[in-house]
Amino acid sequence: MRKDEEAMNSRRWPEMTFWRLVFLVLAATGTVVGVLRFTRGLGATTNLSDQFPWGLWIGFDVLCGVGLAAGGFAITAAVYIFNLKRFSPIIRPTVLTAFLGYVFVILALLFDLGQPHRIWHALVMWNPRSVMFEVAWCVMLYTTVLALEFSPIVFERLNLERPRRIVRAISVPLVIVGVILSTLHQSSLGSLYLIVPEKLHPLWYSPLLPVFFFVSAIAAGLAMVIVESALCQRAFNHHLKMDLLEPLGRAMVVVLSVYGILRLQDLARRGALFGLRRPGYEGSMFLLEMGLGVLLPIILLAIPRVRARQPGLVTGAFLAILGFVMHRLNVSVTGMERAAGVAYFPSWMEIALSLALVAAGFAMFGLAVRYLPIFPEAPHRASGVEAPAWLLARPASMVAGGSPEPPGQPSAPAGME
Amino acid sequence: MKGAILFDSTKCIGCEACVAACKEKNNLPAMIDPKLTAYTWTVVEQRNKAFIRRLCMHCESPTCASVCPVEAFRKEPSGPVIYDASRCIGCRYCIMACPFDVPKYQWDRAVPIVQKCTMCADRIAAGKEPACATVCPTGATIFGDRDQLIGEARARLEAAPKAYVPKIYGLEEVGGTSVLMLSSVPFLSLGIRPDLPLTPLPTLTWKALSKVPDIVVVGGALLYGIWWITHRRIRVQEALDQEAAKQG
Repeated sequence: MRKDEEAMNSRRWPEMTFWRLVFLVLAATGTVVGVLRFTRGLGATTNLSDQFPWGLWIGFDVLCGVGLAAGGFAITAAVYIFNLKRFSPIIRPTVLTAFLGYVFVILALLFDLGQPHRIWHALVMWNPRSVMFEVAWCVMLYTTVLALEFSPIVFERLNLERPRRIVRAISVPLVIVGVILSTLHQSSLGSLYLIVPEKLHPLWYSPLLPVFFFVSAIAAGLAMVIVESALCQRAFNHHLKMDLLEPLGRAMVVVLSVYGILRLQDLARRGALFGLRRPGYEGSMFLLEMGLGVLLPIILLAIPRVRARQPGLVTGAFLAILGFVMHRLNVSVTGMERAAGVAYFPSWMEIALSLALVAAGFAMFGLAVRYLPIFPEAPHRASGVEAPAWLLARPASMVAGGSPEPPGQPSAPAGME
Repeated sequence: MKGAILFDSTKCIGCEACVAACKEKNNLPAMIDPKLTAYTWTVVEQRNKAFIRRLCMHCESPTCASVCPVEAFRKEPSGPVIYDASRCIGCRYCIMACPFDVPKYQWDRAVPIVQKCTMCADRIAAGKEPACATVCPTGATIFGDRDQLIGEARARLEAAPKAYVPKIYGLEEVGGTSVLMLSSVPFLSLGIRPDLPLTPLPTLTWKALSKVPDIVVVGGALLYGIWWITHRRIRVQEALDQEAAKQG
């Protein structure tokens, strides 16, 4: 064992694992694609066209990225406004996910916008009648709120007590502002599509689009908390707090059911269910989205024995996220293709860039967990004289006998303090 | 006067003088595009044994102007809907939203802008007519005051009802446009959608946006109220505990 430790200490380079290799490949490809996008233009790197001006980077990166970060406002509201203090331990990773999610969205926008260096124009050139204007402002303001909600973690790590206390003092108003901004912003992404009744397929177009986007974002946010906890468990060997996550699963049943009923009732009222019988793939995509992404998770999570076990809970949550992504892509791509007269599929470069951004998000999450006090029961190892953890890194599963059990949870929840 | 264009398909012979004049006036590349692009701002299509011009419809309540986050589009009182390239951030919402699929993008450029017909706003300001109206040999494209052109169109429909489909396209579509069209064959056969709503599309998003102040005020009050209620219980409990501790 002595020799082993010495060998570890003398190693200069981080060890290559499968996921690190994947990340490097994605990062390298993404960088190349990014350079191409800025030097050769959007036409050379994407399959976008005048007939189809919004593709994967909007439909997935922006629409899904924003929604999947919705766990942030749901959990912070639960703890700070509804006073459900037992959820405090999951605030920090949730806020981290939300913050990284919004950074991911802004980065994606910087690639998708035709002139991203002008992104600041919305600050001084106003058009309050434009939904896009509202989206831009809400993203900017909410990212600021998320940064502020995240800052105490950084201040704690840097031992900056005064700034930490200042931010902590405004935490309740901050959360209230965050919930309002999130509500406006999630729904206004749906409102973007209100202006194309003649283009968006009736299975997805509705005057209630903002409501659909908002409600589905809540469900997706809760699901993300569950799935992200499961991923953290596998990556960092934490134990899954089933007692906290199971109630989220129960809440998801309610939210998804409300969403499903709203969708069906809206379709019936507008006489749009005939859209299922029209020729074409839209009907199948709709059934897939609602069946696999709404009905199935409701059924799974409604059964207490399924919900109480980790595989069942995580599967239900994962299906809900799948349904959420399918909905956003159906609205932005599937539902718009027929009117556009073209079939759109992203170019490999669009896919590569999106994957690279997702990989970067995962990597940032991992770095944050190692260097910042994100998880209360697994204190970060970056303070102290030993070399940073990633230099010595070896996945826990590879070490003979596994890593020691993390210490039990402290009695006081960590929260935002 | 409110400038407008009347295009009468029955008079169009498909000579495309308008296309050439538009290219020349705007210094556009000479490529021949069958459809509108960033470099071809008007085209003449032959469909159903008739000719139809495609160009910006210069709507009275333009969807592009409504959706642009930085107000890069503006409806001038003189008629044209013009685009200010210096404001554009390239979000392409205008391209996505226009009911007539008019705005086009410079996909080949590293620094692209949106491009579309301007109704020769500068020529109109100088008291002249748009280039296309000036060169049209048959009078298929004419320029004038919108109300007068509507009167002219109505007169033509009345004088020769069998020669026309009884519809002035652009009179009411999406709240009315400054490009009006007459045709001898159904507009759908010419590739023009007859099913557009008669109310301007911006009203649809305004319904959602106008609720924003309400959501902010009511939502804020509601959330603060809930916080107050849930935390009051804690404070009451703390006070009771303190009382009990004093007595105990």
